[in-house]
Amino acid sequence: MTDPAPLLEVRHLRVEFPTRRGRLVALDDVSFSIAPGEVLGVVGESGAGKSMTGAAIIGLLEPPGRITGGEILLEGRRIDNLPHEELRRIRGRKIGAIFQDPLTTLNPLYTIGRQLVETMTTHLPIGPAEARERAIGWLEQVGIPAARERIDSYPHQFSGGMRQRVVIALALCAEPRLVIADEPTTALDVSIQAQVIALLKRLAREKGTAMMLITHDMGVIAETADRVAVMYAGRIVEIGPVREVVKNPRHPYSAGLMASIPPLDRRVERLAAIEGAMPRLSAIPPGCAYHPRCPRILSRCAVERPELMEAGGTMAACWLYHRHD
Amino acid sequence: MTEPAPLVEVRDLARYFDVSRPIVQRLLAREGRRILRAVDGVSFAIARGSTLSLVGESGCGKSTVARLVVGLYAPTRGEVRFDGQELSAARRDPRQRRRMQMIFQDPYASLNPRWRVRDIIAEPLDAFGLLPDAAARRDKVAELLTQVGLSPADGEKYPHEFSGGQRQRISIARALSSNPEFLVCDEPTSALDVSVQAQILNLMKALQAELGLTFLFISHNLAVVRQMSDRVGVMYLGRIVELAPAETLFTAPRHPYTRALMEAIPDLAMTGRQRTPVGGEVPSPISPPPGCAFHPRCPLANGRCRAERPELRPYGETAVACHAVEEGRAG
Ligand SMILES: Nc1ncnc2c1ncn2[C@@H]1O[C@H](COP(=O)(O)OP(=O)(O)OP(=O)(O)O)[C@@H](O)[C@H]1O
Ligand SMILES: Nc1ncnc2c1ncn2[C@@H]1O[C@H](COP(=O)(O)OP(=O)(O)O)[C@@H](O)[C@H]1O
Ligand code: SF4
Ligand code: SF4
Ligand SMILES: [Mg+2]
Ligand SMILES: [Mg+2]
Repeated sequence: MTDPAPLLEVRHLRVEFPTRRGRLVALDDVSFSIAPGEVLGVVGESGAGKSMTGAAIIGLLEPPGRITGGEILLEGRRIDNLPHEELRRIRGRKIGAIFQDPLTTLNPLYTIGRQLVETMTTHLPIGPAEARERAIGWLEQVGIPAARERIDSYPHQFSGGMRQRVVIALALCAEPRLVIADEPTTALDVSIQAQVIALLKRLAREKGTAMMLITHDMGVIAETADRVAVMYAGRIVEIGPVREVVKNPRHPYSAGLMASIPPLDRRVERLAAIEGAMPRLSAIPPGCAYHPRCPRILSRCAVERPELMEAGGTMAACWLYHRHD
Repeated sequence: MTEPAPLVEVRDLARYFDVSRPIVQRLLAREGRRILRAVDGVSFAIARGSTLSLVGESGCGKSTVARLVVGLYAPTRGEVRFDGQELSAARRDPRQRRRMQMIFQDPYASLNPRWRVRDIIAEPLDAFGLLPDAAARRDKVAELLTQVGLSPADGEKYPHEFSGGQRQRISIARALSSNPEFLVCDEPTSALDVSVQAQILNLMKALQAELGLTFLFISHNLAVVRQMSDRVGVMYLGRIVELAPAETLFTAPRHPYTRALMEAIPDLAMTGRQRTPVGGEVPSPISPPPGCAFHPRCPLANGRCRAERPELRPYGETAVACHAVEEGRAG
């Protein structure tokens, strides 16, 4: 084995929410790893548990949600059981987070420049003057025009897409080892998206930053990720190299997801959509959680839960790939 | 034959923002006021029952146009006419106001977290006094929830109990509650994943066919725009640079910027085609380049482009603002 030791390792992660009506299992037996310099794409329908996986890793699960099983290792060291203060320090120094909603990350009362400068002076051995120069550089790298003129703007003076780019600059400026990017380019148009994606890839390649890229944009996944994990109802249902998962998905859910991407080269009357919705956590079907929506259902699917199994190029949690030997 | 009058007509619409620093700092630095021209002279018309989409890079002014068109911003210049009536006059009349509604990008921020879904959905109904009694309100909310693929029982819940796609359905139900004819949809599916996006887009198309709705649709996803639009306007730095029927725009884009945008789309087929990001930087809307604002990034730019601003000119059903197209040297 020549694989480098993983930078991030998640083993059998389980997250639960205690509620009045009993415990809800939001993540169930989630395992994966990311090597230094590797980009793992995470896709799946709303509510599949993508953001929750990211939040568990950075220790920002919203209470009463909590980790009830498994472990999370960063550079070989467990971080899921650290005291709050220590985790906060590691988060600031080693993990950069880009969240779905830029407004929750940016402080509306401070200028963009001040927020960037404070983040850098807290985590890097540099003074405010150098931090300000670097801040301008980061804003330019994420494609903010006239960065030097606009660094003293407040968040509300930027358009939605520009705010999102500021959030990206903020997450990267302290040079983290692991970046968790939750829908980082969703609010961006294609040209800026290309620029931001190129920046993220360059960071992974040149600085060996490991990246967990959560997005529903398959185009972004196709050109950025090395491997892809597809999540459904709190579990990984398929994981494998990007080419395999995007071009030749094995799991029926992955296949449905790929088919619902609107085509660019023609207009269709109705888009292919997976009928129905993902189950609520309180009503996850027995057996394979996808069985009520699955066009290829087998008789055992409603009673026995499939684990990830070899599916010829990827690992898929689906009985179609079960070999009797 | 005279064409039927468009439902929405926008003429030379502009909106500027003053982004000057505070006066003391400005005096110290001896700088003048700084005016950001978010939208600077946009004209279009939307036929009844049709969809016009606006595309363009972040910050080009799409959302500002959307807000101007529903009256959330007052124009700096130009006008919006809704069903023949000037917008500010139409907005003063509740009977006119209820005919237009807006759906926002962010289904998380646009729903009041402390209200039950039934009250969120009925809010426009209450505001316009459209319901005779509580029973009628309950029936209408149930009907709207069903129409967007949720169940009447969902009305008792709060927004946080729903996923992103479900919340966007709630926003749509709310927007539909006052029986509007015109919906402005600002990136309605950008926060949603592909499978939910497909459901919402199918829902919007079905509702359009059923209720004869007119849409102003904003998205940065060109594949989505292709599925939804009758006509498409491509915006660059506060102006429309190409306005064309959707099929024409996608099969025969004419403006160099439109072509660059198409080149920048990621390659999902993974054929190994490198996507070409639009070269150069988006210029600042505070000090836009002289002449054609696209000239610093345009492969066809020449002396005229740097000095003279191209006007939007018709070429058949397409309108393009480009000297190279006018001179026949755009290929
Ligand atoms: N406070 C909470 N109480 C109960 N369940 C919750 C809570 N927060 C989230 N959940 C549930 O946990 C599951 C996973 O949520 P999560 O936000 O991680 O999904 P996601 O894949 O990121 O979806 P999206 O793309 O919409 O953000 C969902 O079923 C959600 O309803
Ligand atoms: N309230 C405001 N004050 C100052 N500038 C603004 C304001 N709203 C928008 N802008 C500026 O107007 C331009 C266009 O913004 P917007 O319409 O949101 O773009 P888009 O939606 O295409 O991303 C951007 O440069 C943005 O920073
Ligand atoms: S296990 Fe059965 S129900 Fe589940 S995805 Fe495979 S075939 Fe479909
Ligand atoms: S007017 Fe000139 S610079 Fe502008 S798009 Fe046309 S060729 Fe390019
Ligand atoms: Mg999420
Ligand atoms: Mg916008």
